[in-house]
Formats: sequence, structure tokens, C-alpha cells
Amino acid sequence: MNTITQPLNKDKVVTQQRALQDPTWVRWGLTAIAISFISLFICVPLGLVIFQAFSKGLQAYWSALSNADTLSAIRLTLLVAIITVPLNTLFGIIAAWAITRFEFKGKSFLTTLIDIPFSVSPVISGFIFVLLFGAEGWFGNWLMEHDIKIIFAAPGIILATLFITFPFVARQLIPLMQEMGNQEEEAALSLGAGGWKMFFSVTLPNIKWALLYGVLLCNARAMGEFGAVSVVSGHIRGMTNTLPLHVEVSYNDYDVVSAFASASILAALAIVTLILKTTLEWKQANR
Amino acid sequence: MSRKSVMPGFGPTIGFTLLYLGLVVLIPLSTLVFESFKLSWDDYVHIITSKRVLSSFRVSFIAALIAASVASVFGFITAWVLVRYSFFGKNIFHALIDLPFALPTAVAGIVLATIFQPSGFLGKLLSDLFGLQVAFKPLGIVIALIFISIPFVVRTVEPVLLEFETSMEEAGSSLGATRLQIFTKIIFPNIFPALLTGFALSFARGVGEYGSVIFIAGNIPYVSEIVPLLIVIKLEQYDIEGATAIALTMLVISFVLLFLINLLQLWVRKRSGQL
Repeated sequence: MNTITQPLNKDKVVTQQRALQDPTWVRWGLTAIAISFISLFICVPLGLVIFQAFSKGLQAYWSALSNADTLSAIRLTLLVAIITVPLNTLFGIIAAWAITRFEFKGKSFLTTLIDIPFSVSPVISGFIFVLLFGAEGWFGNWLMEHDIKIIFAAPGIILATLFITFPFVARQLIPLMQEMGNQEEEAALSLGAGGWKMFFSVTLPNIKWALLYGVLLCNARAMGEFGAVSVVSGHIRGMTNTLPLHVEVSYNDYDVVSAFASASILAALAIVTLILKTTLEWKQANR
Repeated sequence: MSRKSVMPGFGPTIGFTLLYLGLVVLIPLSTLVFESFKLSWDDYVHIITSKRVLSSFRVSFIAALIAASVASVFGFITAWVLVRYSFFGKNIFHALIDLPFALPTAVAGIVLATIFQPSGFLGKLLSDLFGLQVAFKPLGIVIALIFISIPFVVRTVEPVLLEFETSMEEAGSSLGATRLQIFTKIIFPNIFPALLTGFALSFARGVGEYGSVIFIAGNIPYVSEIVPLLIVIKLEQYDIEGATAIALTMLVISFVLLFLINLLQLWVRKRSGQL
């Protein structure tokens, strides 16, 4: 090694490192921008929900929540989630199995079709059920004759939510199961396991965290959906208001405490979802 | 197709998948298409080219475009900071990015309206300092859509940034490139498809967004009335034809955007060598 070039080399190493790292002022600047941006758009709104909900004290908060209309909204929201989440979970698992474990024509088209509800405006998602089951809708007369109410009643809300939350679980499972491949499942089969046994002892343990994550997101959306539900609900207090609709109605009546008390439940749900999501991601990464 | 899968259950699972997809998504959605057949072409054109409808499309598109652009710039910076730097509280910060996904839109709507209304915390500040009114103006729509767009950009750019090989940067630097050159010539071109996808996802979501917008927008016809709201208004006036025509137009636009986004995602995967 030539001794004369050594200092030159050292110099070069320093410049190279400089070119691989951002200058300190850039680091600080960008971090400050990012933190300010997220604080402004995410932390401030989150803090405000809590602040407004308790602005008239704990007593007012509590009485807003124990109000009959609020309780009925909570009940309806739970009912909607209890029906839609399991159905779409079942679909998600079955669709992911069909799509990732077999080769067939039109597979990528099918995957795109499953994503459709994500790209349709929530308002349109509600509107199509009004076209089907509304008073002037295709089945309007038939439903009227048989005295069945779907629009402006719970079934319409459930149908619209089912549509909106349709892709969540499937979407979590398909990429994961694709990536996993099916060697482990083939091994189970060749060792003589039946289809169900293979599914419960090999597939399910492998996908459980992604599955839970999908269920979580599906549930958050089912409980929080506003646009689609607002079109089919009719906003009847104590009858067809879900919690997000109750938030709207109270807000429009200038009942700020009630609106933000209900909103605080939904915000708490969102935070729990985020915490569980972070935990699940961590579990998935350490699987 | 060459190799028969040994996995069990193809028939029942694909059958159920198609049946459920048909019943829950395709049949309901197709009613919109069939309903629109009741309209003549002239009726359709008449509804869509009415001044109020055109204004609402203009408001929705411009607001979504601005919001997606702003969110792309700041979302990119946020993703960059999250992937490349470490700082106190980063994990909490990281988890909070998804809040707009998890928080119901109605909650976001009333919160943003409260913050930015003239008597609100930031609304008062902005009007005192700059004479700027946000709430009940088109600017309010932009604010709501930026909120909705953040996770779309960050969560699309972040994985690509994480997987980005630093060896490429090392190669650049050993060839004598400056930090700025490395960023503009190596990093940015590789991240760009993902950033564009995030932008497109934000834009697509923004055009159809309803809940977070209607509280802050003021909903003044011709000024701050968005397309989804106009569909609701037509529906409340029992103007099914009007609602159908606008909804169908929106649906077609959504599908075109979905198609473009799929192409973009294909591009991202090709660039990052997954295909």
C-alpha cells in the first residue's frame, strides 16, 4: 500500500459517509416537520375529542352517555358489528383459501373484484341498497306487501355495513397466505391429516395474527362507518341511529357534550384498535 | 393449470366465494348500472352538465387534488423520518399514523370542524394571524381530506423505503456523488412509483369521502358542496334519477382510478424486483 495515498483515502471515506447520511440540520429539520405535521393533524384532533367530551365535567359526560338515545345507538352499533364481522371473516378465510391454494383462470380479476368496496364512495355503497330495497326500489313493493322494512331500519344498516367491510379480512389474508406457500399443509396431508385437521392444526396457527388484525380492522370500520349507513338509516333517534350517526345528530343539534361523549367512545375504540394492531404487528414480526 | 393442486376444498371454497361476492357486492352494485338504463342519454347529459353538479365535481376534484399533493409531500417526509431516523417517542408516533384509518369519519368531521371553526382553537389563530377562514370554505374540505390521506401516503411509501437497498446509496457515494445527488438520482426515482401510488390512493379516497368533510365544508352550493353530498341531497329530494346519474359517473371514475392504481402497484412491484 502506498503511504502517500493513505490520507487521501481517509478523506474520501469521510466524504462518503457524509454522502450516506443526511446532514444534521436536515435530520432535525425533517423530524421537526414530520412531528409538527402529525401533531397538528392527528394529536390535536385526538386531544380535542377528550377535551370537548369532558368540557362540562364528568357528570355531564356520564349523563350524555347514559341517555336512552345514546344507549340505543350503542346497542345498534354492537348488533351491526356482531352480524357483519363474523360473516365477512368467514368469507375472508374461505376466499383466501380458494385464491392462494389453487390456480385458476381469472384469479387476479377475482382479487380486484374483492377490493371493489374500498374504491366505491360510502354514499354510493348506501345508495345501491336504497335502489334495491327502498320504497321506490326494485323490491320496494314486494317488501311493503309483506310488511318487511329494510331501508330506514336495522337490516339496511347491516347490509350496507356488510358491503363496506367486505374486503378487510380477505385482504389481510391473501398476501400472507400467498407468501407462506403450502408446503406445510402438503406435509400435513401426506402425513394423513384430513382437510379440517390440516386447516385447524397447520393453516390457522400460521395465519392467526393476520386474521386477528383483519378482524380488528373490519370491526373498527363496521362500528365506525358513517356515509353508507347514513344513507340507509333515516336517522330515527333511538331506533336507527348507530353511534356515528348519533354523533352527527347531536352535533347538528348543538348538543356538543353529547356529540363528543359518543365520539369519545368511538375514539377509544380507534385507539384500542391501534394498540392491538401495533401488538399484532410485533407478534407477526416475531413469529 | 399444469399441476393439479393436492389441497382439498377447491369446489366449495370457490363456490362460496363467488356466491358471497355476488350477493353482497356485485348484485347490489349492478343495480346502479341497471337503474341508469332507465335514463336516456339526453337526460343523463342534462343532469351531469347542470351548473350545480359541475360545480360539485370541480370542488371535489380540486380539493382532493390539493389534499393528496400536500399529504404526499408531508407523508413522504414523515415516512422518511420514521424509516431513517430515530427519536424519542417514535413508536407511539408510528402507531398514530393509522389513526385516520381507525377513527370513524364522523368523529374526524366534528373534531376538525370544531378546531377550525372561527371560534375554534386553530380557526381563531389562523384568522387572527392571517385573516384566513378555513371552516365552511373549500379550504376546510382540503384540511379534512389531508387528514384522511396521511396514512395512505405514509403506509405506501414506508415499506418501499424500508426495503430500499442502501448498497445502491453506497455505490453512488463511492462513485463520488454528493448526498443531494444520491437523493435526487438514486433514492427519489426508486421511491417515486410508491409515492405516486400513495397520491393516487389519497386522491381516489378524497373524491368519494363524505363523513369527515360535510361538517367542516359548510356545504354551500356552487362553493363548497362535494359530489357525495349532492347524491345524498338528490336522494332526500326523491330525485332518484339525479342521484343515479351522479352516482354512476362517480362509480365509473372510481373504477378508472382503481385500474390506474393497479397499474401503478404493478410498476412499484416491478421496480422493487418482486416480479
